[in-house]
Amino acid sequence: MTSASKPKTLVTGVIGADTHIVGNRILSMALEKEGYRVVALGALTPAGDFVKAAVETRAAAILVSSLYGQGEIDCRGFRDSCVEAGLGGILLYVGGNLVVGKQPWPDVERRYLEMGFDRAFPPGTRAEDVIRTLGRDFSARESGARIANVPTPREAFREAT
Amino acid sequence: MNAALLIDFGSTYTKVRAVDLDAREIAATAQGPSTVTTDVNIGLDAALGALKGRLGDLPRFRYRLAASSAAGGLRMVTIGLVRELTAQAAREAALGAGAKLVGCFAYRLTRGDVARIIDLEPDIVLLCGGTDGGDSAVILHNARALARSALDRPIVVAGNRDAAEEIAEVLAAARKPHVVADNVMPELNVLRTEGAREAIRGVFIRRIVHAKGVDRARERLDVLMPTPAAVLDAAELLANGVQGGDGLGELLVVDPGGATTDVHSICAGAPSVDGVVQQGMPEPFAKRTVEGDLGMRHNAASIVEACGAARIAVEARITQSLLEALLARIAADAGRLPESDEDVRLDLALARAAVGLAVKRHAGTREIAYTALGPVQVQRGKDLSRVRTLIGTGGVIAASAAPEAILRAALADPAEPASLRPKAPEWRIDRDYALFACGLLARVERRAAYELAMATLSGPSGERQRESCTACRPSSGR
Repeated sequence: MTSASKPKTLVTGVIGADTHIVGNRILSMALEKEGYRVVALGALTPAGDFVKAAVETRAAAILVSSLYGQGEIDCRGFRDSCVEAGLGGILLYVGGNLVVGKQPWPDVERRYLEMGFDRAFPPGTRAEDVIRTLGRDFSARESGARIANVPTPREAFREAT
Repeated sequence: MNAALLIDFGSTYTKVRAVDLDAREIAATAQGPSTVTTDVNIGLDAALGALKGRLGDLPRFRYRLAASSAAGGLRMVTIGLVRELTAQAAREAALGAGAKLVGCFAYRLTRGDVARIIDLEPDIVLLCGGTDGGDSAVILHNARALARSALDRPIVVAGNRDAAEEIAEVLAAARKPHVVADNVMPELNVLRTEGAREAIRGVFIRRIVHAKGVDRARERLDVLMPTPAAVLDAAELLANGVQGGDGLGELLVVDPGGATTDVHSICAGAPSVDGVVQQGMPEPFAKRTVEGDLGMRHNAASIVEACGAARIAVEARITQSLLEALLARIAADAGRLPESDEDVRLDLALARAAVGLAVKRHAGTREIAYTALGPVQVQRGKDLSRVRTLIGTGGVIAASAAPEAILRAALADPAEPASLRPKAPEWRIDRDYALFACGLLARVERRAAYELAMATLSGPSGERQRESCTACRPSSGR
């Protein structure tokens, strides 16, 4: 973690009616090991619960996982809910199998960024890539930027062929 | 005789229980009128006079301990941040401390909210918000709003510990009586209400007892807690036992009273079957709920409303017009005890309806959610299906010729599989209304209190050695 002050709080969970918890748990453990305070909401988490947890814990970021393809429906209006709860500027990540079937990643990413997520991570992203990006984004925020001027890692992702 | 005197200053009666500490039994019970509005000593003297009549002479009591539910009970307002999180945790803490919730607030208090809090005239305000290290802006805003206001009631602060010192300074500068306790939710979805419960109890002893006029009897006894807290303490004691006494394990106490129906569960309430996903905030191990609309006397009409007049009439085997007439009579005289057969049958039907609804609201649910991967069972609240013991207390159960019929209303119903109520518990009846006394006694003699509680509850067969306990005519309300 880059910041020397108090550890930042992150909210993680798997959104919607999705029970795929393993990847999210691995990510949460890696983040914790990195020194973050992780509020892990686990599987089957409604969008509203992410926001409520972030309000109560004054979280610096919300990391949403979705594996079952229905994320587009679950994540709609997520940023709006944050704005409504007074967390308009909170850092929002989403990652996983974000759409049904095999679709070109740039399209998928664009759709999620339009929903208000700061970054979308493709399937196969490694925890260390998330951690590195998160550190850069938090540093960038200290100097007033929304996110760091670096692309979202996608080396691990191979376009569907 | 090595004896203790346990007293309940209720809103209808002043109830006294003399306990033989060596024999672990209730030596005698008696009651007098409730005289909190004038001088508590009058009702207490009447009750002690009746007790003396039964015992021949009053022993020198080693302990004189009292609980109070008089003068409207312990009225509390709770304040938290997110409604389903710290605001809910604050509610659980207040209920566990035996309070009557008169107002629950979340997020930032507006000027209107503060004015409303003052209008509600709470005895204590519980101020929560933020996990430890979490949000402190809202609880600070709310502390400042209370500090600026005309509120003169004690404030228990049990929120984000990072903000606690600053809040204490703000309140002290405004000369608001306050006490700081541990956060009710130190981490997200971790409930820790014990500190707040003890702080509330402390304020109750130091200040509320005086405000309610109960301290007129202070030189004669110690008033320790609100009566519902004493019942919850007794339930915890019975469930957990003492060293060398195993306890009853997971249990449920139902207490249909004159104005409300209380339910206490002492259990984790974890899923009783595999593969169930739990949602929502974790539940307190010792959980109390109060149904303000379900009371045998002051809220008989709303029991009927909630349950349906037709069903109550059928259960009581009376016509609907007679039901209306009887309800009108109850409304006119809340102290009324059943006289005719119809009265008795109506009370039974009302008690069954109140207990059924109260336990249904207390218990969790398990429902099937359909996901892309197939059905998933989702549990919210406590699974009570494996609760081993069901205890009935309160006047209507003690007075009933068929208390088990009332308790049966608390059980799981195959027609409502989603409601996780007890399946096959053993039942026990608090015939002498002694649970509150055991809760009080537990503060000074835990083992004696436990053994007394075990001895005084009548078991599954309903029989128990009873000699001279005809003293107290059980009341319908308290």
